[in-house]
Amino acid sequence: MTILGSSALVAAGSLAAGFLGALTGLGGGVVIVPLLTLGLHVDIRYAIGASLVSVIATSSGAAAAYVREGYTNIRIGMFLELATTLGAIAGAVLAARLPAGAIAVVFGAALLLSAWMNLRPRPEHPAASGDPLARRLRLEGSCPGAGPGAPPRAYGARRVPLGFALMGLAGILSGLLGIGSGALKVLAMDQAMRLPFKVSTTTSNFMIGVTAAASAGIYLDRGYIDPGLTMPVMLGVLAGSLLGARALIAARVRVLRWVFSGVIAALAVEMILAGLRGGL
Amino acid sequence: MRGWSDRSLQAAVGGILRFGVAAAALIVACGGAIYLARHGAQTAALGRFQGEPEELRTAAGILRSALALSGRGLIQLGLLVLIATPVARVAFSILGFALERDRLYVAVTVLVLSFLLFSLLGGGRL
Repeated sequence: MTILGSSALVAAGSLAAGFLGALTGLGGGVVIVPLLTLGLHVDIRYAIGASLVSVIATSSGAAAAYVREGYTNIRIGMFLELATTLGAIAGAVLAARLPAGAIAVVFGAALLLSAWMNLRPRPEHPAASGDPLARRLRLEGSCPGAGPGAPPRAYGARRVPLGFALMGLAGILSGLLGIGSGALKVLAMDQAMRLPFKVSTTTSNFMIGVTAAASAGIYLDRGYIDPGLTMPVMLGVLAGSLLGARALIAARVRVLRWVFSGVIAALAVEMILAGLRGGL
Repeated sequence: MRGWSDRSLQAAVGGILRFGVAAAALIVACGGAIYLARHGAQTAALGRFQGEPEELRTAAGILRSALALSGRGLIQLGLLVLIATPVARVAFSILGFALERDRLYVAVTVLVLSFLLFSLLGGGRL
């Protein structure tokens, strides 16, 4: 295939991935790597490099819109970025030392986990006040109340060490696999630290770009970021996610989330099998 | 509480992010157009990992090839701007927390920024 043809194909696939990722909240990055490796036989190192860069683009683009709404907690995000950036550096260093097959297997497992967590019902039980450690670290805030005219709701964080550890793991996976690890970040905040949903999802999105930037420098230095491949991936995912965010208001997301989670689970099994067979 | 200053800080952060992503996308698109015009008819080959050449891996090399209007160099420059966007956001937050006299979070943010710079300046080679 010519470069022009493959670029058009990659751009179209990335557009669809970014669109569905934004619509379902699963993020576009998770399907880019299987798409490139299984579909187009791109080396997994080039694939995770391109995917990581597209993650920075979508996260920063969406975060710009979210911070204005007043849900994003910049202090909580910054504090937890201590864990995610350190993890991301460790993950990127690890990526160079693990064989491609092993990375594919871990990737498949992470995909299955994120598809499962996306479908599982999550009870929301935000804490109105934080525990002593969280208060000392000022991990608290208030977010807009439900409905117009409602008073702002105060909230505080619980179980900070557990949340911090989960964030470290999210960082490692992000650096190792070139994904945003949004599902794990949200889990750390709304389930472990008992923060409100909207605060968790928007703060997670806000953190994804910084986490990814921590490993992107190492990827670039190692030669994982190929301009010819990353160009259509980054532009496609960015355009797709912007369109997806627009369409979100009109779409029936429930059915779509099931379908997309099914697609992700199928890709996960393919990745694991290919990794075990040494076919990547 | 810290309502007013937090709001203006957030607005500024949002502005940095939007501008960075838009600038990066524009540079990448220009580089992509040049790259496809020159090399579009060649055969694609990314099946085997070879690593990028030196001039597409370091900031100095990327800047040189972008100034020479190499398509691949321009794309990498755009990607560098994109990677720098969250880093600039973190650096700017130091200023915001300092204006609020929040010493704890100035320290936290300086630490996060130092991790990012460690990675960007080739610390991963260790």
